[in-house]
Formats: sequence, structure tokens, C-alpha cells
Amino acid sequence: METILLKNIQNPNSADIAEYKKAGGYASIRKALGMEPQQVIDEVKKAGLRGRGGAGFPVAMKWTFASADPKFPKYLLCNADEGEPGTFKDRPILEKNPHLLIEGMIISGHALKAEYGYIYLRGEYPAAKHILNAAIQQAYDTNLLGENILGKGITFHLAVHQGAGAYICGEETALIESLEGDKGQPRIKPPFPVNVGVFSKPTVVNNVETLSNLPYIIEVGGETYAKIGTPDCPGPKIFCISGHVEKPGIYELPMGTKLRDIIYTHCGGIKGGKKLKAVIPGGISTPVLPPDKIDCPMDFVNMPKHGSMLGSGAVIVMDESVCLVKVCHRALKFFEHESCGKCTPCREGTGWLRAILGRIENGEGMEGDIDTMLAVSANMLGKTFCPLGDGAASVVQNFIKHFRPEFEEHIRAKKCVVNG
Amino acid sequence: MFSSAAKQEIEDIRTKYPNARAALLPTIYVAQREFGWLSSEAYDAVADLLNVPKATVRGVATFYAMYKQKPMGRHLIQLCTNVSCMILGAERLVDFLKITYGVEPGGVSPDGRFSLVIMECIGACGTAPAMLVNDDFHDNLTEKKLQEILEKYT
Repeated sequence: METILLKNIQNPNSADIAEYKKAGGYASIRKALGMEPQQVIDEVKKAGLRGRGGAGFPVAMKWTFASADPKFPKYLLCNADEGEPGTFKDRPILEKNPHLLIEGMIISGHALKAEYGYIYLRGEYPAAKHILNAAIQQAYDTNLLGENILGKGITFHLAVHQGAGAYICGEETALIESLEGDKGQPRIKPPFPVNVGVFSKPTVVNNVETLSNLPYIIEVGGETYAKIGTPDCPGPKIFCISGHVEKPGIYELPMGTKLRDIIYTHCGGIKGGKKLKAVIPGGISTPVLPPDKIDCPMDFVNMPKHGSMLGSGAVIVMDESVCLVKVCHRALKFFEHESCGKCTPCREGTGWLRAILGRIENGEGMEGDIDTMLAVSANMLGKTFCPLGDGAASVVQNFIKHFRPEFEEHIRAKKCVVNG
Repeated sequence: MFSSAAKQEIEDIRTKYPNARAALLPTIYVAQREFGWLSSEAYDAVADLLNVPKATVRGVATFYAMYKQKPMGRHLIQLCTNVSCMILGAERLVDFLKITYGVEPGGVSPDGRFSLVIMECIGACGTAPAMLVNDDFHDNLTEKKLQEILEKYT
């Protein structure tokens, strides 16, 4: 497949505006600025574009809500707080194709009549910060950002806001709190950010990859774009594969590509010819799958039917040498560390689950621990302020659901039964 | 007190936002760089300059993992041990750092050369295990490669 999002990234100077233009970049902006904002939204609706951050929410719908709100100014925020463990799909866009993102943001800004945009960039990407700032400066210097863009009477300002190491800021209302200079703790919804967002103004938060689809949608039109991928979930998707495969890395493939094909065809199968034990298909928060459940089309609509979620498209492949109690324990250590502390089920639940998993892994597990973890998880699920707590609970539930005997053996043997 | 260059930098940052409060996170970054870590003096400087209560500055700063609440070594090693890095040997690297440089997670080596912070995913999972040393990415790490890289940071 011809790449759209990762186009041109092999070019060592791909982040430079001249190279981007040479490859056809910034052609869509002229087209989009000649269209009415509503026409741009209509094209995105025809394209069927869904948010690539993990939730898969229809982009045109989010835009329509923000667009209908009479308050001004409006804000467009790019969520570049790529923190879901296993995920490294936005980094190549940020570091190698920053102008694709900037062009996408200008198009979105026009559609929303937003005059201000921020890229909320995670603190762990210092190189991307310099690259983005340089690219933004180039765009200002060539009148692609700022006032009266390309003489079309449109204003759009863009700046990078650097996060400081908090996974929760990937949640859009926590991101907004953080941008306003506060702790990144989620807000209660409603009101939704599309009405009361950053600085109390209508705000759209879209992921890096989502926004980077826009230049192509405008170039070819929504209908042509929608032919890529699956009917309910069109477009290209960047999958990032890590762990025990022969060729880990980033792969731009049509939405709906089967998980088995990603692992065995594109990534060359399990490293060293070993046996597959488990796959986390969409980042650490998504339910783990056993080897007999990987014939699932990777998109937002089909994955839930197969017992998991597409999430960020971050596939973590684990071979037979991996102890899944240890993996589950490490995952819960992460959730405990990243829980913002605002709501009790998440703050307490993540800590207790981590503690129980730790003692099982260390050979101090007790009979009844598995049922205790299931009870704790059930008390978290659906009862937390934001999806972080749900994610933590469902990780434990699904590891136990598919691999309960391994947990039981650890408790019985009073040691790790995989690595001794 | 901030240097006049730092004050100017913060003034430039301030123009990107509709109010001073929104400039708090980037200003804390500048303070951290200027003072080396977030000492009481650094908090005072931020609070004074942005006219935000010191308790608020401290509350915000302590929420985020990348703001440093104690003095750091000359070089900061940020090593990921999350699942993709863990299953490819990141824990061995933690042990290696302890044995070779005497630095433990959250600590500083006795010679003050390295600080070690364990990270929750730095987005380099496809080339795991990975770390940042100061602002530089290093990946596909082994014990040998780790040592070769660190020898360049004196």
C-alpha cells in the first residue's frame, strides 16, 4: 500500500518544509481554504474518519458540536501525549513529518473556525519539541500560520505545549487542565470540551494521527478516502509492533488488517521461531488475547466483537518465555503510578491489585487472591472518573480470564513457574 | 531569582497563552533548568514571576514525574522498564547500572555523575529496551551497548 501518513519519512530531510512541499505537501491547504468550513466538515464526514487516539469517536461529529457552539475564540488541541505503553505511532509523524500534522491542524482550524491551536507534546519527546518548533516557525515564515493565511483572511496560531510525564494527560479533560497550568486531573463531563474546554471556550482535542489524515482527505475527497480500510472504519492506520516478532516497528496498513497478518506476514512471525503465548493488541490498557484469538480485524468496530479493543494500535507480542503474572504486575505498577488520585476506586484499586500481583509473582500468593483481584476489579469497572481505572481493572480481568491456570500455578508453587 | 535571559525566555513563553497561569508548566521547566532542580528558591522565583501562590506551584510541580524534587547527577538516565522494554531485558540493565555505576532507581551515583529515573514508556517500544540520557534517545540496548554509550557522558 502506498503510504499516506508515513509518506516520505525515509527522506532524511523530510521534516523540512521545502522537502514536504516537493512531495506535494501544503497543496491541500490551498484547496481547503477555498472551501467553506462546513464543506470541510462534510468531506470529513464522508470520509468516515474516526479519532485515532483510542476511542474511535467520529471526528465530524465532534467538530459539528464545537462548530455549533456560538462562543469564540475556539481552540484546536492536538493530543501528542502519546503515553499508552507499547505506542510509538505518533512519534514518526512528529519527528519526520511535522508539516503533515501542521497542515492537518490548519485545515481543522479552518473547519472549526478556531484561531488558536496547541500541540500538547509529552515531555518524553524532547527531539520532537525542537523539530515541531522549527517546523512551526517555517510555517509562520511562509504565511501558512498567523494572520491572513495565504491572503484568505483566515487566522490560525499554533504553539507547542510540553507535558511533564503524566500518562493521564492523554485523557482530553486532563490534557486541558494541564494546558491551563494545573495538575492533570480529569474533569467531570458534561460539560464536554466541545462546549466548555480550554480557557472555558469550545475546544476540539484530536490525536496526531487523526489530524494527519486531513490533508489526504481534502486532496482526494471523503468518498475516495473511505474506500481504504473497512466500511465502518475507513482509512489507513499506523500499527506499532513491539516485543517478540522478527521485525518490530511501525507499519501503515489499512484499518481492519487482521492481527494475525500483522504479526506473521508484516512482522515476520515470532522471533527465533518460538511459540506465541499472548498478544496485547492496542496498548497496555486493552484486553490481552491468547494465540487462538488473533484472527480479528484490527479496527474500532470489530475488535470489541473479538474480546478486545483497537486502542492505539500498539501490538505487544509475547512469546512462551514470558511470565504473564509478571507482565500483569508491571502493567498494574504503571497504572498505580499514573493514577491521578482524584477518585477512590482507581487510586485504591490500582494499588491493591499491584500489591496482590506482586506477592503472587514473588511466591507469597495466597489462596483466594485471584478471586480477591476479580472482586477489586469489579468494584473499579464503570465506577471511576475516567477510563484509566477501567483500563486497569480490565487488564487484570482479561489476564485472569485467558491465563488463570498460570496465576494458580504461581500461587500453588509459591514461585514464578515460568522463569523460576 | 531568575537570570535576565531566563526572565526574557519566560516572557516569550507567556505570549503564547491567554493568561499567566497557563505558562506555569513551561516556566517550571525553565526554573528546573536554571536552578538544577526545584529547590525552595526555584519555587519562589516561579511564584513571584507568574504571581501564582507558591503552594499552587508546588502542588502542580509534584504532580508531574519529570519535575525534579531533589538535586540530580550531572547526567540524567531515564530508562524505560514498561512491558515492551521489560520483556526484552530492561531489568537486567537496571541491575547493570547498579553494579557498574552504583546508581539505583530514583538515586544518584556516588560520584554525582548519573541520576537514574525509571520511565513509564518513552515511545521506543519497537527498538526496546530504550532510554533517554539527558535529551538523547538510545535504543536496542544491551549491557555492553549501555556501557559504551554512558562512557561518553563524563
